[in-house]
Amino acid sequence: MERYTVTEVSLLAGKIMLQSGAETYRVEDTMVRIAQSFGMTNAQAHATPTAIMFATDTTEPTNFVRILQRETDLHKVTQVNGISRAISGGHLDVTEAAKALEAIGNQKDTYPNYIQLLAAAFASSCFTIMFNGSWLDFLPAFVVGATGYALMSYFHDMLKIRFFAEFLASGSIGIFAFFLIQFGLGHEIDKIIIGSIMPLVPGLLITNAVRDLMAGHLVSGITKAAEAFLTAAAIGAGIAVVFFIL
Amino acid sequence: MEIIEQAFASFIAAAGFAIIFNVPRQVLFQCGFVGMAGWVIYTVLSLQAVDTVVATLAASVVVAVISQIFAKWFRTPIIIFNVAGIIPLVPGGAAYDAMRHFVENNYEMAIPLAARVVMLSGAIALGLVFSEIINQMIRNATWKKYHNKYDRKGLERS
Repeated sequence: MERYTVTEVSLLAGKIMLQSGAETYRVEDTMVRIAQSFGMTNAQAHATPTAIMFATDTTEPTNFVRILQRETDLHKVTQVNGISRAISGGHLDVTEAAKALEAIGNQKDTYPNYIQLLAAAFASSCFTIMFNGSWLDFLPAFVVGATGYALMSYFHDMLKIRFFAEFLASGSIGIFAFFLIQFGLGHEIDKIIIGSIMPLVPGLLITNAVRDLMAGHLVSGITKAAEAFLTAAAIGAGIAVVFFIL
Repeated sequence: MEIIEQAFASFIAAAGFAIIFNVPRQVLFQCGFVGMAGWVIYTVLSLQAVDTVVATLAASVVVAVISQIFAKWFRTPIIIFNVAGIIPLVPGGAAYDAMRHFVENNYEMAIPLAARVVMLSGAIALGLVFSEIINQMIRNATWKKYHNKYDRKGLERS
């Protein structure tokens, strides 16, 4: 039978949370809580968006995990949070916790891809309405938004460079919206484009940056703010290029 | 009538975003509600000719307070509700207009709009900070002095 250590459990929990888009202060807090409930009252954890460090005591050897890929899966964050609560309450031992965490780590997305695509499409068209667009632009924004989101996921898998994927996706949204207007299928190009680029907006990054800065995690907060800013700049540049050409 | 239309649209938009971010199914409806609450506050204040920065600040405070309550209630991390609520308030339209004017070399129009985007983003951040402070004040200070030192068989509450 496999044996797990508290360090492994702690690092695994931290890794899943950070990869799924939790705030760094929550990651550190969870890791320390887990260690404390297993009796290591002086455990130390340090998390940045790209790495986690953990030691069971100040003078013990420090363990280190690199985080290479980050995505957004708040369901996993919630589940790890629940596991951490269960450990604090004394309902799980080390092995059970490790098994549960591994199961969470291997989970697929909560929603299938086509549901997410549909959600992005509905969000786009609703944003068009919210920015005072007319209901005539509901359907064009729906189609353009879905295309933009699909292209975004496609470019993201293909290129591995996030900012460039966003740049290409927003550029495609601009061109597609322009052609819809040309063929008389849409009315206000501005409203369609604004609605369609909203699913690409780095909302989670902005929120996390603010919350990390508030919690005193200046390094993580600034890094995330920089990432959010670069993403926004990439989206803006994509649209700007389309305006230059057309 | 316009309010109902806007409320409906913001509910769908916020819930759609929640799905994109893989929010647990059980709280999908609540995410939509938080987004709707923030956007309705913003729209109502805007229709009363309140400045958009103030309207955004008020809306984001409301979003953050509701998020705090929901996070306690459903025992989930607070960012789930924060993200869904904040998304409709993000100044996407103003940012787009600013960028468009920049591209057209119309800097006189672009700079005020860009400044507006910065102000609106700051208002959102400030709203989140406010509610955090309120939450900590409630948690730390208010109740302690009303507790009897010797209740629970002489054990102090922490």
